[in-house]
Amino acid sequence: MTGHEPRATKYETVIGLEVHLQLKTGTKVFCGCSTKFGQRPNSQTCPVCLGLPGSLPVLNGEAFHSAVKVALALNCTVQSMIKFDRKNYYYPDLPKNFQISQYDMPLSYDGFVDIFSEADKARKRIRIKRVHLEEDAGKLIHAPEDNCSFVDYNRTGMPLLEIVTEPDIGTPQEAYDYLTRLKAILEYLRVSDCDMEKGSLRCDANISVRRSGEKKLGTKVELKNMNTFKGVKVGLEYETKRQVSLVEDAQVIRQETRLWDADKAITSSMRTKEEAMDYRYFPEPDLVPFTVDTAVIDRIRASLPELPEAKANRFMKDFGLSEYDANVITGQLELADYFEACAARYDNRKTIANWIMGDITAYLNTADLSIHDMKVTPDGLIGLLKMIDSGKISGKMAKEVMVEAIGTGDAPADIVAKKGLAQISDSARLEEVVRAVIARNVKSASDYKGGKKAALAHLVGQVMKETKGAANPAMVNDILKKNLGE
Amino acid sequence: MSGNLHSLTAHEIRKMMDSGSVAAPAVLDAVLRRIGHIDGKVKATVLVNKARAAESAASSKPGRLSGIPVLIKDNICVKDELTTCGSRILDGFKPPYDATVVRKLNDEGAVLIGKANMDEFAFGSSCETSCYGPTRNPWDLGRIPGGSSGGSAAAVAADETICAIGSDTGGSIRQPAALCGVVGLKPTYGRVSRYGLIAFASSLDQIGPITKDVEDSALLLSVIAGHDEMDSTSVDIPVPDYAKSLKKDVKGLRIGVPKEYFVKGIDPQVEQAVRSAIGVLKDLGAVVTDIGLPHTGYAVSTYYIIGPAEASSNLARFDGVQYGFRATDAKDMIDMYVQTRSKGFGKEAKRRILLGTYCLSSGYYDAYYLKALKVRTKIREDFDRAFASCDCIVTPTSPTPAFRIGEKTGDPLAMYLSDVYTIPANLAGLPGISVPCGFSSDGLPIGLQILAKAFDEETMFRAAYSFEQSTGHHKKRPTI
Repeated sequence: MTGHEPRATKYETVIGLEVHLQLKTGTKVFCGCSTKFGQRPNSQTCPVCLGLPGSLPVLNGEAFHSAVKVALALNCTVQSMIKFDRKNYYYPDLPKNFQISQYDMPLSYDGFVDIFSEADKARKRIRIKRVHLEEDAGKLIHAPEDNCSFVDYNRTGMPLLEIVTEPDIGTPQEAYDYLTRLKAILEYLRVSDCDMEKGSLRCDANISVRRSGEKKLGTKVELKNMNTFKGVKVGLEYETKRQVSLVEDAQVIRQETRLWDADKAITSSMRTKEEAMDYRYFPEPDLVPFTVDTAVIDRIRASLPELPEAKANRFMKDFGLSEYDANVITGQLELADYFEACAARYDNRKTIANWIMGDITAYLNTADLSIHDMKVTPDGLIGLLKMIDSGKISGKMAKEVMVEAIGTGDAPADIVAKKGLAQISDSARLEEVVRAVIARNVKSASDYKGGKKAALAHLVGQVMKETKGAANPAMVNDILKKNLGE
Repeated sequence: MSGNLHSLTAHEIRKMMDSGSVAAPAVLDAVLRRIGHIDGKVKATVLVNKARAAESAASSKPGRLSGIPVLIKDNICVKDELTTCGSRILDGFKPPYDATVVRKLNDEGAVLIGKANMDEFAFGSSCETSCYGPTRNPWDLGRIPGGSSGGSAAAVAADETICAIGSDTGGSIRQPAALCGVVGLKPTYGRVSRYGLIAFASSLDQIGPITKDVEDSALLLSVIAGHDEMDSTSVDIPVPDYAKSLKKDVKGLRIGVPKEYFVKGIDPQVEQAVRSAIGVLKDLGAVVTDIGLPHTGYAVSTYYIIGPAEASSNLARFDGVQYGFRATDAKDMIDMYVQTRSKGFGKEAKRRILLGTYCLSSGYYDAYYLKALKVRTKIREDFDRAFASCDCIVTPTSPTPAFRIGEKTGDPLAMYLSDVYTIPANLAGLPGISVPCGFSSDGLPIGLQILAKAFDEETMFRAAYSFEQSTGHHKKRPTI
């Protein structure tokens, strides 16, 4: 928020987020069609998801199960009676011209997510208002050259979860931190790909500003079309600035829906409140409301995996990590798993954490890779650390080996062997080299003996050259000094 | 005998087929000849697929309905067969799948002969709102057959088929059955799968048979009833063998007669026929008691909020995008919607879509839809209380015999009131059957409605069968 820091004290931003999450189930939410991504258009459809006349929806138990998992992981209360509603609106990607969703009785409500704000280095609780289950719509493909549009119904009927926060988010950075934490939790649950690019995770925001200390909320604007977490942050930053300057200029903020344009880095009006639709919600008569047995909920609760926060606490307790390190490492399930596999093989956990959070992450970030692409196995990394410990290679060498190992996928030990990088710590062998170097550099040797201590550096350099840099520097020093009569 | 095979019932034909005295193709031939001979006057069918029917009859697939011709109402999906709900908006629509009921009929060897006319999207009580034009009452071609399953009822009455399948949202099976002098059954909501029935009002719709007698009704229900995993509203309760409930014995059966069903608006001849039918049941040993269903007066208005509300949403999908009729000269997407729906839907369909949209709109929902749901509960509770003191309820099916074509088309409210006795059973989800119980002085059929507790079709059949067998009104056929 570099652009308007001075104003930050005068205004506060109020943000609520709505995340749409595609659940990774084998089949669609109300029919038996496959949910595989990237298939031939309309190849994954049936009378039900095409909304053909006479077809009826039947709830997919797996989708319900996943939805409850998410609800519980977000600390929500699961509704004792599950009921669906119809949200009526016309659009060609919606084959029935209504969406089966949940209106007044969401599947779950009143939860929270605790975020760890990197900026503030503090915890903050973001309350979850509701989590509900609904069906996704299809995709329109426009062909302006043919003056027509096509519809691909493969996505129609994919299970979607809508996760809505209370307006507890105070800055665009917090929005980013919330999304990151939410994504981590969802990844741990293995219920979604959480891939914004493939559209399996989408985020809209409601944002308003008010003068600090004011109790009344400002006019809220709905912000759509942010396609990355970063986009959410940048879009909210822009919108904060826009709204603050409107207030400063004593202009009215219109209640409207605005679209974020990532290329132009601006938001622009999509529709005003007056144009807002009346969805005419009413209970879906084709799906009978059903009660949820508390035993079922308890079973699902018991089956939940360890979640990021619990894992971070355990890493602090068992491995002595700092809160910051533990949070970063548990922020991604694969990273946490990688760390834990390493920790089982090596006692100096701080060293592991430093390696993972330092060189490995830096390399992956530069190469635009994720821990998922990490080719060095925990055994590989630990082998390398042990080589440093035993003095077989230097820390500097190890870093080079690691970079090459991540890039090529070769085992670090093989790289060390192949390049002859192993550090020479064999004192007999070093003794030999040192004697030969002294014999060839009589002047330097006598300079040193005569009190010119700087001459030692030249001799060390010669030994390193002779051994192609593989000699253990500390030992070379000792042996040289010994041979020079000290 | 083969000269009037078309006038037989399914159970009679099954008996003859089992003894080898007749074969399926001969029965089909008789029915198709009959259609060819008189359907130009009755106009009960909208599609007859002779080739498909012939193939099916020739295959002589075994089953409880082996070789029995059945006519299907045009709002039930038959794979690759035109299914239009009597509406221009479904012009050319051929579903790629069979309704569950159709599959079950096929599985039991039934011979599907074609599609029956109906009020557009089942919106009507006279079979006059179909885009194909009105069906005529076989008893008087100047009169309506009732609706919306008017084509199915008229075809059975005119012996154009052995039996038919209809759908009933507010009386659409029972009322035309009464007006055409045949037996029409609306099963308990959830008894028969709705998968493949093009929805009018999902919480009220139910598929049922229209037949020449009660025995056929029981036979067809045995075939089409049962839980379907494709329909969440179908109930998983075992299907009894309904033939076993066909006993000529109502001794001690407690029959409730609701006083609210005999108030102003009822034709005196209808009241007389129904009163004498009650007398027949009493003579057979039934115990007749007066009961009260105090919220009956609210049923029609409740129905005309819930029905159109659901319909407005169910019919939203007819937009010209995927199938059916699409206006060709639209300027843009919205214009395509507007023009397609303006040209594709008839007047009554538009009226109900507007009504329903209004009732669900923000600011009106609580006053209309939500209130209607509450009244619906009251009506259901009326029946729960009544069934504490009786086993079934007997009423007229329709307040009047068949009226003249065009008589009520200009007055929707008068038309809506013709379902005043049938609507409560849909709101309460109860089974109801209409059986012939006499004729007006003009020779028009009058129907007796028997209602029972949810999933107690057996008691309903028992009363209906006993009455039918001791009177014989069902044997009378119109001369065309």
